[in-house]
Amino acid sequence: MNPAVVVEPSATAIGFFFAFVAATLGITYWAARRTRTTSEYFAAAGRITAGQNGFALAGDYMSAASFLGIAGMVSLSGFDGLIYSVGFLVGWPLVMFLVAEPLRNLGKFTFADVVAARLRQRPVRIAAALGSLSVVSFYLIAQMVGAGDLIRTMFGLSYETAVLVVGAVMIAYVLFGGMIATTWVQIIKAGLLLTGATMLALLVLVRFGMNPVALFDEAARRYGGMLAPGKLVANPLDTVSLGLALMLGTAGLPHILMRFYTVPDAQAARRSVFYATGLIGFFYLVTFILGFGASVIVGQETIAAAGKGGNMAALLLAQAVGGKSLLGFISAVAFATILAVVAGLTLSGAAALSHDLWVSVVRKGEAREKEQLAVARGATLFLGVVAVVLGLSFKGQNVAFMVGLAFAIAASANLPALLMSLLWRGFTTAGAVASMVTGSISSIGLIALSSTVQVDILHKASAIFPLKNPGIVSIPLAFAVGAVVSWLAPDGDDQAKFLEIQRRTTLGSG
Amino acid sequence: MRWRIAVMLTVVMLVVYFGFIALTALGKGLMGTLLASGLSVGMLLGALVIVSAFALTGIYVRWANVRYDPELHQIRQALSNERDSRTGGTP
Repeated sequence: MNPAVVVEPSATAIGFFFAFVAATLGITYWAARRTRTTSEYFAAAGRITAGQNGFALAGDYMSAASFLGIAGMVSLSGFDGLIYSVGFLVGWPLVMFLVAEPLRNLGKFTFADVVAARLRQRPVRIAAALGSLSVVSFYLIAQMVGAGDLIRTMFGLSYETAVLVVGAVMIAYVLFGGMIATTWVQIIKAGLLLTGATMLALLVLVRFGMNPVALFDEAARRYGGMLAPGKLVANPLDTVSLGLALMLGTAGLPHILMRFYTVPDAQAARRSVFYATGLIGFFYLVTFILGFGASVIVGQETIAAAGKGGNMAALLLAQAVGGKSLLGFISAVAFATILAVVAGLTLSGAAALSHDLWVSVVRKGEAREKEQLAVARGATLFLGVVAVVLGLSFKGQNVAFMVGLAFAIAASANLPALLMSLLWRGFTTAGAVASMVTGSISSIGLIALSSTVQVDILHKASAIFPLKNPGIVSIPLAFAVGAVVSWLAPDGDDQAKFLEIQRRTTLGSG
Repeated sequence: MRWRIAVMLTVVMLVVYFGFIALTALGKGLMGTLLASGLSVGMLLGALVIVSAFALTGIYVRWANVRYDPELHQIRQALSNERDSRTGGTP
């Protein structure tokens, strides 16, 4: 069955979508008039409240992949989908305990600010930008290709038009409105997504006497094996490797880390993670109900026929329980979701390019404010165009693994160096660079040698690397390389500043 | 002092999560056992891991508000007093 036949593009969807774009462009216009400095452009001048940042973090994180993908996975295989939801959530407490407060106290716009704080600026910034930009690129490819496919089905546009529309609207947000506009787009999107998903879940539960267990029972009765671990966890080591990457990767995602600079102090940073964890946890619990609801109300055969991986489950469910208008609303929400995520990614990539590479490396920190802002905007435009080009060139490719890869790089290239620089006096510039480069290269290299690429994409018979996700190898490797290199060549300069940095990590710069 | 609590809570989260993963991978029978019709051990534990993640962030925020922030405040005060006395009390 052709997906376009099952879920038809509707006037309601297009109406909701235009309303969203009009409202957010209005906000962008408002934000643009409040964006005159680099600090406003990249960090909303630290004037976002903890509650707002909690919503924005949730909006940055809950991608269309987690909404449509996990609902689909749950609808087709039940319990297995829960493993993913749990993995995507448990990184958040680590974000709070390990990185949120030090980041706020020590940095300015990027996580490299923290790693470079007591090390030599230029080598560290170059290596950190490499890691950030790889994470951002792979994440962007996954989002743009997903956007193209989704919007083609929902709105009847061609794939190319869809990618261009997403790219253009996103560039408008970020280029003119910077972090202020991006934050509000994410807040609105989080509100819409949570409202839409909750509404849908209530419409499902009402058919089962508001009792989720009755719903699960019905699904188990119909399909069997829905309530126990299934074939997704065939290889325990693979599950652990994916789990590690998801958990530690969250605390290394540049677009998430960047959000901690938008609040006034460490206290607000901490509280915002509390809100975000609650919202995201609630969202995944709701998604679970949507998945089971779809399998019972729509039926697994229809879901499997409508799109690979069950991606259309949530949309089919919306159509089944709420008719065309609810489908239209949920479709527009899915679109808004993609826009908000790509905006956050692009802004963090632009910060790596302009703040880390241009201002700190090329200009050695001596760039004037006006120049910094101009370079920041130039970098945004450049990355926006790159995102569109990547979206167009990966058309029709299987890019689902790229989100997992982005998490693996974030967990291997960014987090080990960040943690060691905060906690270990003996950590050196050479150690940091070695750790970040090893983390990037090993996670990308191992994915390329794994069955994900070798068997699924290149259609070879077997793969050299036995696991699907490199996390279990690349994360410990990045820690080990950073430690060994620092031990072999201790650096007095790097150690001397450790106490001062510790003081600032605790007390803030003020 | 913050790092001790932070690392402790991190370890708790790691144990809870990888405990869940280990049970999923190795204890399929147990995870599939039904507690009631429609509710398996695995589903309940999965939901509990989600709730516990949120609870841990709540515990940390509570600790930070009650214990950590007042201590930080005192240190900041002491530091600024010290600075004042060195510079002869000028603001």
